[in-house]
Amino acid sequence: MDATELPDSLAEIRDDFLDLEIKERLQLLLEFSNELPELPERYRDHPDLFERVEECQSPIFIVVEVDEQKAVHLFATAPAEAPTTRGFASILVQGIEGLSASQVLGLADDYPSMLGLTAAVSPLRIRGMTAMLARIKRQVRERVA
Amino acid sequence: MTVAADPSPRFAEFAHPERLVSTDWLQSHLGETGLVVVESDEDVLLYEVGHIPGAVKIDWHTDLNDPVVRDYISGEQFAALAASKGISRESTVVIYGDKNNWWAAYALWVFTLFGHTDVRLLDGGRDAWIAEGRPVTTDVSEVVAASYPVVERDDAPIRAFKDDVLDHLGSPLIDVRSPEEYTGQRTTAPAYPEEGALRAGHIPTAQNVPWAKAAASDGRFRALAELNEIYREGAGLVDGDEIIAYCRIGERSSHTWFVLTHLLGFESVRNYDGSWTEWGSAVRVPISTGEAPGEAPAR
Repeated sequence: MDATELPDSLAEIRDDFLDLEIKERLQLLLEFSNELPELPERYRDHPDLFERVEECQSPIFIVVEVDEQKAVHLFATAPAEAPTTRGFASILVQGIEGLSASQVLGLADDYPSMLGLTAAVSPLRIRGMTAMLARIKRQVRERVA
Repeated sequence: MTVAADPSPRFAEFAHPERLVSTDWLQSHLGETGLVVVESDEDVLLYEVGHIPGAVKIDWHTDLNDPVVRDYISGEQFAALAASKGISRESTVVIYGDKNNWWAAYALWVFTLFGHTDVRLLDGGRDAWIAEGRPVTTDVSEVVAASYPVVERDDAPIRAFKDDVLDHLGSPLIDVRSPEEYTGQRTTAPAYPEEGALRAGHIPTAQNVPWAKAAASDGRFRALAELNEIYREGAGLVDGDEIIAYCRIGERSSHTWFVLTHLLGFESVRNYDGSWTEWGSAVRVPISTGEAPGEAPAR
């Protein structure tokens, strides 16, 4: 899939990162990290409903909902001591919210490497975000099956 | 040594007590001339969330590695990095970080490759500092650039390469990864991205001593008697041994390198930073699986 076919939300986030100097990209990632929404009430006491992203060294848990209109909602939780992982999750939560299941399944697997963050955070760390996206897609596939 | 060592009795039993400082000591010495405090974390944004007042950030991935070759930075690059962080050759450098000082120990080991004399760890690291409610700030630290000489990196004494490990088989090897990685079990499921090595298991004869065993539940290093039990009685190390430690990319084994060298006083310890990501993908190197260390291949 060509990068230009990204949904508006994710394309906008990508452009926001690419417009910045590398050092400032880290600051933007920190802002995303601070914006990761709290879990809704119904998930707060249900760690069993979440899937751990094993590829991230910090504990991050995700759950995907696909509603009756086939719109995707992603929920994620990660500790405050893991701001980078929280930032990655927050980008995906904000970028994916409300997309259709087929839009999510069509997302480029390497979206995380389009953000211009590889030099700022290192390729090893970007892999965690790539893994997160792969697991999100797998959950979407399971929900619509 | 620019700043006097921490005289805490707790450290006195270690081989090189001057390599550790306590949270009390550090708080009372903050701002002292000649002292530079460095934060080095697994999470590249953690410093920005809040750090010890005046501390500078050095990131292992983005600052200490060569961006192209799988190697550490050169003498010129290290000199430029140190100078930009206000570190001179005489500075007392105290490094702290997240996860029991995992990456802080890695940074300390890289400083040692360049022969920086006075580099210490904050016992307990970032978590201990924060748990004790000590001051943390998001203010940008004001750094007065220093000058640092270009020093050629000296790898041989503390760094092992793959061929060194092959020659070493039969002498003590410590695998500091988790038991699952050591035995060669795979926990990754199909359709998930794989990273790392083509084969699972460990280097034949290696003893498995997960790195975090050296830390107590509060993140501080264990007392000498406990460390002796883990590494001497448990893993069979004896004085005079030449030891190589490894993990996945050499980060967790830097922590063990610190323990063996500075706390237990072993004089010949090397870190194999190629570690399992190299060994587990290299062609025709011997591998063992399962819980047993395995035999060194006949030569």
